Amino acid sequence: MPVAENIGAATLDGLAYVGGLAKLGASAARAVVLDVFERRRLAYGRAIHQAMAVGIGSLPILSLITFFIGTILALQSAYELRKFGALQFVADAVAISVSRELGPLITAILVIGRSGSSFAAELGTMKVNEEIDALETMALDPVRFLVAPKLLSMLLMMPCLTVWADFMGVIGGAIFGMAAAGFTFKTYIIATLDALVLRDIVTGLIKSLMFGVVITTVGCQEGLRTGLGAEEVGRSTTSAVVKSIFLVIMVDLVFTTMFYLGIG
Amino acid sequence: MDELNATDTLGSAQAPVLSIRNLHVAYGEREILHGISFDVLAGETLVILGGSGSGKSTLLRTLVGLERPSSGDVILRGKNLCAMSEEEWRELRQHIGISFQSGALFGSMTVGENVALPLLEHTQLDPATIEIMVRLKLNEVGLNGYEDYMPAQLSGGMKKRAAVARAMAMDPEILFFDEPSAGLDPIIAAGIDQLLIKLKEAFGITIIVVTHELASAFLIADRMVLLDKGHIVAIGTTAELQGSTHPRVRQFLDRVAEPEISREIDYLQMLTGEVPRPRQ
Repeated sequence: MPVAENIGAATLDGLAYVGGLAKLGASAARAVVLDVFERRRLAYGRAIHQAMAVGIGSLPILSLITFFIGTILALQSAYELRKFGALQFVADAVAISVSRELGPLITAILVIGRSGSSFAAELGTMKVNEEIDALETMALDPVRFLVAPKLLSMLLMMPCLTVWADFMGVIGGAIFGMAAAGFTFKTYIIATLDALVLRDIVTGLIKSLMFGVVITTVGCQEGLRTGLGAEEVGRSTTSAVVKSIFLVIMVDLVFTTMFYLGIG
Repeated sequence: MDELNATDTLGSAQAPVLSIRNLHVAYGEREILHGISFDVLAGETLVILGGSGSGKSTLLRTLVGLERPSSGDVILRGKNLCAMSEEEWRELRQHIGISFQSGALFGSMTVGENVALPLLEHTQLDPATIEIMVRLKLNEVGLNGYEDYMPAQLSGGMKKRAAVARAMAMDPEILFFDEPSAGLDPIIAAGIDQLLIKLKEAFGITIIVVTHELASAFLIADRMVLLDKGHIVAIGTTAELQGSTHPRVRQFLDRVAEPEISREIDYLQMLTGEVPRPRQ
């Protein structure tokens, strides 16, 4: 039964990989907590540096993409809504889909491309240059020193970026609303605020935190597992991006199902 | 195994600082080191010589705790490294320094920050004292005034020197060097040799060097260990190794090439050390 054997082996590999991610995430989270309590000098500086790279660096491109996504969503929903003469609900459709789904997801995919890949490349290059070995021989834990600041910065920046993405998506929708659905900017924003409940924003933010954990752990795990040679760094980076996107979608599915079953 | 064990220190009166006993190291199924035993004395420079694939880098990585041995003992500061907890390792690593082949300086930090890193992490010294210590360490390796340079701005030889300064930051008792003159031109490599000699004379540090550069090895070594295919072929002072008549020692020291291999069966024999049975 080679097919069943292959499926079994692949499943076990997959579970072992996710187990590795959980272990890395737990060690990094423990290091973040310990660093906060012990007031280590280095961790804050490195986390701020990372947060700038993850967050501020992605703002221009994130704004542009989510703005256009908002407009596209408005166009797509208007296509159906106008058949029922319900074009005024375009604001509701955009607000809910952006805040619950597309804001966090587009942010995550953009951050994977910018930061997840760079985490894997940075750690992979350090591995190839024996810098990870050097850290270990200096009695410095690579997880605390390298992964923890990245996790902390990601946990801080992902929700902020997601809120910004939500906002830009709504603005993108408003452009269509003003141009084709008879809204003024003010009435579009009021319609959006009426459509949204706090739960929509919170579910998006919870997802964004989970995405941040996935992106950091996959990027760092791929980097730390880099083999010897420069081409291995390229392989780790590609692998980090592909696996992160897959796992982010999986986590999205699990959490969306949980929100649907639990709190609607 | 016909070893040249005349001057092995197993029965010596001087206490060894590092003892290796019957060390076996394997990557998966493949065993790299097959029962290595030798001692390193306090204050000496021991050079581990060997060709590519002899297991010398694996030996160094095992001695600094980057590889776990499958069996055997490594006794350092009276403690067996093979039976140590993570916590004990962390404590011990503050007393050893390692200079890697590539230098392994952290590319995102300046040279000064690289040297300061172990001091910041493992001591309670205030920043001003650390700054003075960083200057001292860089001065010792001839890199005065290079604190604010990034590693990428340094030449190969300067990177090696900066790596030595970082390895020296915590005033280690033992310094390990992996191929200190690899990839350097002869003049810069000679400078690194002089630095090693100076460090030994000035600070009395025990130095263990892994290399395949013969000229450099004979210049810096008090004693040498010659590894071949995971076995110790010879151990002794530089004069004793030069006077050795052991065929593998002579081949290595006289730089005689391996005989050309044209048949598959000879190649297998070279890899395994065994004569394969012909297929029926």
